Amino acid sequence: MPDLLPILVAALVAGTPLVYAALGELVAERAGVINLGVEGMMVVGAVVGFAAMMGGAGWPAAALAAAAAGAALALPFAALAVSLGANQIAAGLALTIFGTSLGSYIGKPYVGMALAPAPSALQQAAGQIPGLGVVLGQLHPLVWLSWAVFGGVWWFLYRARAGLVLRAVGESPASAWAIGHPVGRIRYAAVLFGGAMAGLAGAFVSVVYTALWTEGLIAGRGWIAVALVVFATWRPGRCFAGAYLFGGATIAQLFGQTALAAVPSELMSALPYLATVVVLVVISRDEARLRLHVPASLGKPFSA
Amino acid sequence: MAGPEAGARTTRDDGPILPPPLRLELRGIRKVYPAVVANDGVDLAVAPGEIHAIVGENGAGKSTLMKVIYGMARPDAGEMLWNGREVRPRTPAEAQRMGVGMVFQHFALFDTLTVAENIALALPGRPKLEPLSRRIAEVAGRYGLPVDPRRRIGSMSVGERQRVEIIRALLQDPGLLIMDEPTSVLTPQAVESLFVTLRRLAADGCSILYISHKLEEVRALCSKATILRAGRVTGVCDPRAETAASMARMMIGADLKALRPAARQAPGAPLLVIDRLSAPSPDPFGTALHEVSLTVRAGEIVGVAGVSGNGQAELMDALSGERTSPPGTIRLDGRDLARMGPRARRRLGLSSAPEDRLGRSAAPDLPLHENALLTARAAQTTAWGFLRRAKIRAAARRIVEEFGVRAGGLDAPAGSLSGGNLQKFVIGREILNAPRALVVTQPTWGVDVGAALTIRQALAELRDRGAAVVVISEELDELMEISDRIAVIAGGRLTPAIPRAQCDRDAIGLAMSGRLDTPAAEQETADAAAH
Amino acid sequence: MPLRIERRPRPSRAMSWASPLIAAALTAAVAMILFALDGREPVSTLWIFLTTPLADLYGFGELLLKAAPLILIGVGLAIGFRAGVWNIGAEGQLVLGVIFGGWLALEFGGAGPWVMPAMLLAGGIGGALWAAVPALLRTRFNASEILTSLMLNYCAQLWLAYLVFGPWRDPAGFNFPQSAPLHPDALLPIVIENTRANIEIVIAVAAALVAWIFIERTHLGFQLRVTGAAPGAARYAGFPVRRAVWIGMLTGGFAAGVAGVGEIAGPLGQIFPTASAGYGYAAIIVAFLGRLHPAGIVPAGLLLALLAIAGDYAQMMLGMPSSIGGLFQGTLLFFLLAADVLTTWRIRRVEDAPLPATEAA
Repeated sequence: MPDLLPILVAALVAGTPLVYAALGELVAERAGVINLGVEGMMVVGAVVGFAAMMGGAGWPAAALAAAAAGAALALPFAALAVSLGANQIAAGLALTIFGTSLGSYIGKPYVGMALAPAPSALQQAAGQIPGLGVVLGQLHPLVWLSWAVFGGVWWFLYRARAGLVLRAVGESPASAWAIGHPVGRIRYAAVLFGGAMAGLAGAFVSVVYTALWTEGLIAGRGWIAVALVVFATWRPGRCFAGAYLFGGATIAQLFGQTALAAVPSELMSALPYLATVVVLVVISRDEARLRLHVPASLGKPFSA
Repeated sequence: MAGPEAGARTTRDDGPILPPPLRLELRGIRKVYPAVVANDGVDLAVAPGEIHAIVGENGAGKSTLMKVIYGMARPDAGEMLWNGREVRPRTPAEAQRMGVGMVFQHFALFDTLTVAENIALALPGRPKLEPLSRRIAEVAGRYGLPVDPRRRIGSMSVGERQRVEIIRALLQDPGLLIMDEPTSVLTPQAVESLFVTLRRLAADGCSILYISHKLEEVRALCSKATILRAGRVTGVCDPRAETAASMARMMIGADLKALRPAARQAPGAPLLVIDRLSAPSPDPFGTALHEVSLTVRAGEIVGVAGVSGNGQAELMDALSGERTSPPGTIRLDGRDLARMGPRARRRLGLSSAPEDRLGRSAAPDLPLHENALLTARAAQTTAWGFLRRAKIRAAARRIVEEFGVRAGGLDAPAGSLSGGNLQKFVIGREILNAPRALVVTQPTWGVDVGAALTIRQALAELRDRGAAVVVISEELDELMEISDRIAVIAGGRLTPAIPRAQCDRDAIGLAMSGRLDTPAAEQETADAAAH
Repeated sequence: MPLRIERRPRPSRAMSWASPLIAAALTAAVAMILFALDGREPVSTLWIFLTTPLADLYGFGELLLKAAPLILIGVGLAIGFRAGVWNIGAEGQLVLGVIFGGWLALEFGGAGPWVMPAMLLAGGIGGALWAAVPALLRTRFNASEILTSLMLNYCAQLWLAYLVFGPWRDPAGFNFPQSAPLHPDALLPIVIENTRANIEIVIAVAAALVAWIFIERTHLGFQLRVTGAAPGAARYAGFPVRRAVWIGMLTGGFAAGVAGVGEIAGPLGQIFPTASAGYGYAAIIVAFLGRLHPAGIVPAGLLLALLAIAGDYAQMMLGMPSSIGGLFQGTLLFFLLAADVLTTWRIRRVEDAPLPATEAA
């Protein structure tokens, strides 16, 4: 059994960026805004987080900076998609293209650099907890934080009045506006939250997961996060589980590369992307069920 | 954050405060939209506890005026007084805090949420669902509006949804309740009980603004009426002292023209036959069709009455070919069309025109001439797959001229036309394709009186040329005017069609509410069918 | 708010052509700010940035060379976008063109002059086949073509890497991941002497012309436009959405595949794992910047090509990262979408002074 522990830990770590990014996108989509710029925001978050660490900041400051960068990048998207009623698909693509370029522009000086591994004090303390400590001690506090984010999003959507309002806005912005809710402000907030989570997800990849920066580091994780939201039929619990499923698949693929030398490594590397396609197909086949769960106003601009 | 009563806490001392102040007063309200002056110098005075009608035809500016009062549109000029104080609500939230409640024609409800959740969303603070449910039950009991707070809106009928809207508005303790065309979705019986509720409310001191274009209802319910035409007030009267004709004159500025009597001939052989058609609904909250049967003969108009959401959309989809049906269920002159798509059906002579003009029967962003091409026959408008642009423009010009469509040229986008003009264009386009059978839904929905008359006349003439016409509508008055026979759709089932002369409004109303299984109604329909 | 946006009575034609210019001007402004932040004199730097690449005939040839794939793919994608089909997978479809065309070139390199046209055809088919996967998944299983086509980009990239690192690696190539140089028969002919501009630019412009006629003058093109502009109206009229998805995806895939061949049979002359310079993504910007209209896509492709080359020069001459070109491309698309809003909406001043008492509240 002890052999499984590193695999479990690795899967949890690999799934964490998807937890952040997908939950952020889920909140935005529940408010009726589809943001295809997750990939771009993750790239920028990764660079900003990494640069902050290189500049001597601690991981909390780096994570905060990355979240702020992600939200800042989401702002022009929100202006286009929410205030100006632009095509959300096109605006999201613009954000991804812009963010990817901005990331490599800012990240130029850091290419190929790596962070020295330094387990945080918190993490070492958690390692002392009897029982759970074996696992917790190996997980970065940002992994724990992602669980808190999941709990918070779930509670917000299903237990908080504000979450009820957000879901109402996503279902029918016209009705929500008519009964007195500020649709624009709510959508802005949801998009900015999504941006912050994407930024955090990016920083997790560059600061914790790989601890280095290269171009193409995010490698489609942002898109997989968008796909996860569909896979989860817009429900946070499934989103959370799905992220770890993908994390597990990524790790299995890495182990497979060493174990199955006969299979080309490129084929193994392609598995997460192929898995995403397969999962999308399986979930989308049942059109009626998808229709029942998709936020009814998703992708449709609203103006009062 | 704006103060909670930013719109309401506005006082001015210069107005003489005479008892009792009016609940609501508008002075010289003007609202200009890019293409049209929607309200121009509108004055309105509503006393506490008064049921006040706003009457006018489509496009007269009623909706705009309500939006101004409810904070959804900002006037370009004029002032608004609430209980004697000047106010300027900028959002619906501010209007609600002031004390204005609104019941929307197209309800502002959320299908996936429960009644209690829907109501909680509109109330300030964080109401707990349990005590709220009790308050809902209490108000429901007092005003005779039974609803179950735990039910999901998506599973409710239109009438039930309206009750939820009314209760929601009442829980906000409004001093003024706006009802926007509330009866257009109700059966005649439900209209009666709504009136009972409204009278009780008014007796409790709540003012009611009742927006309608149905003059008989206004005469039955309201003690005062303000009449709008083309954005201006053309009269203020006591509707109980007027006749429908005198109010209609104020409303349209001329006497109501009646439909020209048709050159009636006996209907011919069965042309369009629907035979035990069953179809599931693609919409999770839609209504499936159950064994719908209907025979329409050449040279007759059959009306399909019903409250919206009872399978009309599904029936239209099945007839137009946008959804295919099991073989043999739809036949035109004996030929099975059930498996064919819209283009094949149109080629064989079955055309359709749904009421949704912006995005279904017309593409709003495309120019008129391309909208003429939408359902044109390929043989006349294309050669080797290439467009014959002169022919297409000629076809579009013919529609515009023969049906009096007012548009800014053939290159104007369809979406820039007024509702009435675009509907004339759509109906004209389908009629000029010379169909053997035509199915239309709500042909005069959101259309001004003049255009409505043109459209009804055109449908009647098509019938007189020997076509089979089906009109699916929620406006019973319209069906009574133009149909030769009327059937009722309820819960996805269709009653047999009865000749108009034998139609009884009460019996139709009962059938519309789905009470087909009561023996009396069944007896009546059976009797009618036997004639 | 003293300003309010309101819908125009009808979309402004003038604005629809002016908005790319507004977007370009705003992007130039952003560029100058960026240069200034970098401690450079903004106006002259922008001038150098934009004009250096075009200083001589060779530079002009480079512009045509870069613009060709952008125009070709942009035209292919625009047909899909007009039909409401979101093919984001041009990058992968381009790579498939490289693989299919490359295979032909490596197998039959010296077999005769037929190889080059056959490569273009094979590349197009490869791209179309790759695009057929999302088309099938969308029409058969309702899966979003945005996400599936994008995922396939990564797969195509990895497939090409496998080939070039493995079976196709040049034995005489000092173990670099690259194929043997392609036979001269497999290369595209040069159209302007003393430059690298090849026949692909001619193909691209011809494709734009054909696409223009197709989309504006044929009934099938009309059906695609209706499907994109008003899907409900297309269903009502009886124009099958599935067919629109297939046509939209396959034209985009075919064009991208041909452009892929253009890369290996043009400036590269052999196959690298990084055969594409991100044309598949940049072409999305080209399509939008060109108003999804072939006549607009040609100049839009030239402009984007200029930005890409300028980025390369910026690295060489100004010492700035070459990704600055991509940065400006993204900025351009942002501003374009914002400026586009002005074609259907306009900004108007409104009198909305708050009442005195309201201010106190």
